[in-house]
Amino acid sequence: MDDLLAARLQMAVSLGWHIVFACIGMTMPILMAYSEWKWLRTGRQVYIDLAKAWSKGVAIFFAVGAVSGTVLSFELGLLFPEFMKHAGPIFGMPFSWEGTAFFVEAIALGVFLYGWNRLNKWVHWLSGVVVGISGVLSGIFVVAANGWMNSPSGFTWKNGQAYDIDPVAAMFNDAWFTQALHMTLAAFVATAFAVAGVHAYLLLKDRKNEFHRTAVRIALAFGAVAAFLQPISGDISAKDIAQRQPAKLAALEALYHTSKPADLVIGGIPNDEEERVDYAIHVPGFLSFLAHGDFEAEVIGLDQFPKDERPPVLITHIAFQIMVGIGFLLAFAGLLYLVFSARWKHMLEKRWWLWFIASLTPLGFIAVEAGWTVTEVGRQPWIIHGIMKTKDAVSPMPGLQYSFYMITVVYLLLTIIIIGLMRRQIATIGTYYPSARTKPE
Amino acid sequence: MLLIIIIILGVSFILYTLLGGADFGAGIVETVAGRKGERIVSRAIAPVWEANHVWLILAIVILFTGFPLVYATISVALHIPLMIVLLGIVMRGTSFTFRHYDVAPAKSHAYYSAFFRASSFITPVFLGITLGAMILGDINLEYTGSFYQQYVRPWFNVFCLVVGLFSASLFGYIAAVFLIGEATYPIEQKRYTRISKLFLLLTISMGVLVFITAEFYGHHLFSEFFQSGWSIAAFSAVALLTPVAFYLFNHPNTVYLRAAVSVQVTLIMLGWFAMQFPILLYEKNGNHLTFYNTQAPYATQFQLLIALLVGLLFVLPAFYFLFKVFKKDSGQNVNS
Ligand code: HDD
Ligand code: HEM
Ligand code: HEM
Repeated sequence: MDDLLAARLQMAVSLGWHIVFACIGMTMPILMAYSEWKWLRTGRQVYIDLAKAWSKGVAIFFAVGAVSGTVLSFELGLLFPEFMKHAGPIFGMPFSWEGTAFFVEAIALGVFLYGWNRLNKWVHWLSGVVVGISGVLSGIFVVAANGWMNSPSGFTWKNGQAYDIDPVAAMFNDAWFTQALHMTLAAFVATAFAVAGVHAYLLLKDRKNEFHRTAVRIALAFGAVAAFLQPISGDISAKDIAQRQPAKLAALEALYHTSKPADLVIGGIPNDEEERVDYAIHVPGFLSFLAHGDFEAEVIGLDQFPKDERPPVLITHIAFQIMVGIGFLLAFAGLLYLVFSARWKHMLEKRWWLWFIASLTPLGFIAVEAGWTVTEVGRQPWIIHGIMKTKDAVSPMPGLQYSFYMITVVYLLLTIIIIGLMRRQIATIGTYYPSARTKPE
Repeated sequence: MLLIIIIILGVSFILYTLLGGADFGAGIVETVAGRKGERIVSRAIAPVWEANHVWLILAIVILFTGFPLVYATISVALHIPLMIVLLGIVMRGTSFTFRHYDVAPAKSHAYYSAFFRASSFITPVFLGITLGAMILGDINLEYTGSFYQQYVRPWFNVFCLVVGLFSASLFGYIAAVFLIGEATYPIEQKRYTRISKLFLLLTISMGVLVFITAEFYGHHLFSEFFQSGWSIAAFSAVALLTPVAFYLFNHPNTVYLRAAVSVQVTLIMLGWFAMQFPILLYEKNGNHLTFYNTQAPYATQFQLLIALLVGLLFVLPAFYFLFKVFKKDSGQNVNS
């Protein structure tokens, strides 16, 4: 394996792993705080039980999120030192704000997790809200940094050096808002559907269980709203990259030839040799509409870019199809929920509905991984779009594949342990929380 | 402005040594104290370790934003020890958390403990090795030579190992002292007092050894030391505080003892800092990297400073609150 590939794969594995915990860290505090709030208002045991049960899981996920994030802050340099040498002073600012957000988050989480019996109830609740807000803010800050890689601004580039650095302009680059919006929604979609799915599965085995029923309801409510907004935000993102990164758009749509109007290509297998897409469905003119809001508009294809500046089409296109497919499926599920929410109790007794929700469990996270693949692979061969190529940024140290193997093995092992741990955690819920016990018929 | 950033960088490094050091050290001390120490260690560090850990992240962010060349250089030359540090951080954080929360049978518990203790020791050793390599000056910025000369020898040597062991014993010392105050029973207090003394002696011997081994590698720490008035003052104060610490061990008063030891550790770091200021990384051919020749442009420093100051405005009161909530009644079970 060559060093460049090893470095890219290691970055992808580390980020793909971290993002799972990051999404959970952004969403769960808000679900917990919501549940605790309901408890404060209604005094019903089930709400406080839920908040406590969730908080145990969050403590574990948060710790893993924190250490895997630390790994990332070193890895950016370990793998791509040339990149960080130039980019550090430009896009370091969101990272330094993110540091603040982490601090606040970690401290508030400590208070929340260990302060159940020591604090005034409302102070405790407030600490949960603070965890949620700072979690979302840290997500937004990092994504702003990533947005800068997609849409570099706030400096001028002369002879391989950056001049006139303006960190504020770099942070508020053209991509930050669309990406941050889409990412935040994605975190909510992925986590909420996963939580709802797990509880729906448990509910299937014990259909009168108030604890799991409440959990499904709370999680789905958040998930449904976010899932409904997600395609809208995705459309904004697509229009945005049509302007900023036409090569990325062309790759994710597998558009080899500049067309006016351009068809939307659904599914299919891109064939780089022949520059066509096999077995795809074509929707005439629709891509022009999606990218530019006009059925007749011209859309730039890959033929406008030299071969060595085209992103890998196959991966990007397939990842995009997966994300969008899941996006519509989840939006549909969310819509069903919103429509049926009046008859909610009734729905939660239906096996098919619970099976449906349970089967959605991993999909949100798959979409998150796919979405990042679109963003990152779609930016190739650039590490800073249009400025620096990934191959010029990689570490000169030979043998990078060994750290890739090591990280992969360690993360695989940890994944297995965490899954086992969660299963044991779930199995004991009934012994700790009265509302989670099966009631005799 | 540069000066303030340097101060904040130094402060986060010192706080990481004190707070993060106490966490790592707790794992080391647990190894010495055996199974009996496990409960108290868990109780003492569970609510705070993540927050303590962020000081390291802050230091890294300041480094890559404010002094990018230093970050890039250590990333390349010290890739291997840094990778080991990272693995250690991952293993330590996860095994600690798993041990704390997993309801699994005793056997996996024993594995978690073993991993936790091993990584609590390995990580500070390699952190120290990394720092040692930055001081030793075998890093070659021109990147000529074999793989061994470029990526291994700069850190794979006796001097760096001694610095690594010094860090581990320093962390152990900080933790043992911290745990004296956490202990609920006199017998536990006695145990941790004994361990504190042991680690203090170990730390002092390692410290002396650092200076001696440096001579063998042609890095004349002794003479540099005597050229810096600040270092002499700081290290003398450390030396003077040692009997004070011993006195306090025999007449335990948690607050004074912790204060004395924190001052000691802070002074060790300041003394070191004064000795090599403004150099951050010694280079083989004399192209040392300093705060001055690696600093980021003015606009970056300015924004970094704003972010840091606003951040501290939020973080310091929050930290105060956290410690107040948990230290008020640290004898109780926080495992609710
Ligand atoms: C639950 C997850 C999820 C779902 C359901 C969707 N997305 Fe997404 N998408 C992401 C999760 C995601 C992501 C992982 O969060 C990305 C990666 C970078 C980013 O900002 O968001 C992303 C990136 C991303 C990009 C690239 C943006 C860029 O590179 O700047 C586009 C064009 C879309 N998405 C479009 C869509 C569309 C049209 C969807 C329609 C249903 C959709 N996404 C659903
Ligand atoms: C957490 C979500 C993210 C995921 C899943 C992700 C995924 C990936 C993937 C798949 C690659 C490899 C692309 C390729 O080489 O073909 C990559 C590269 C990279 N990503 Fe991301 N990424 C994420 C967010 C970020 C963020 C927030 C940053 C920085 C602020 C970032 C920085 C990088 C860098 C420096 C590379 C290596 C250079 C490159 O290949 O362009 N990524 N990432
Ligand atoms: C899109 C990508 C990312 C998102 C949305 C994201 C979000 C988050 C969130 C919400 C947390 C809080 C921890 C938790 O709740 O589990 C976190 C932790 C962390 N992240 Fe990321 N992150 C991303 C990528 C990165 C990158 C590229 C880096 C480093 C360069 C990074 C560095 C960190 C660090 C150091 C922590 C630990 C902070 C702590 O100790 O609390 N993250 N991230």
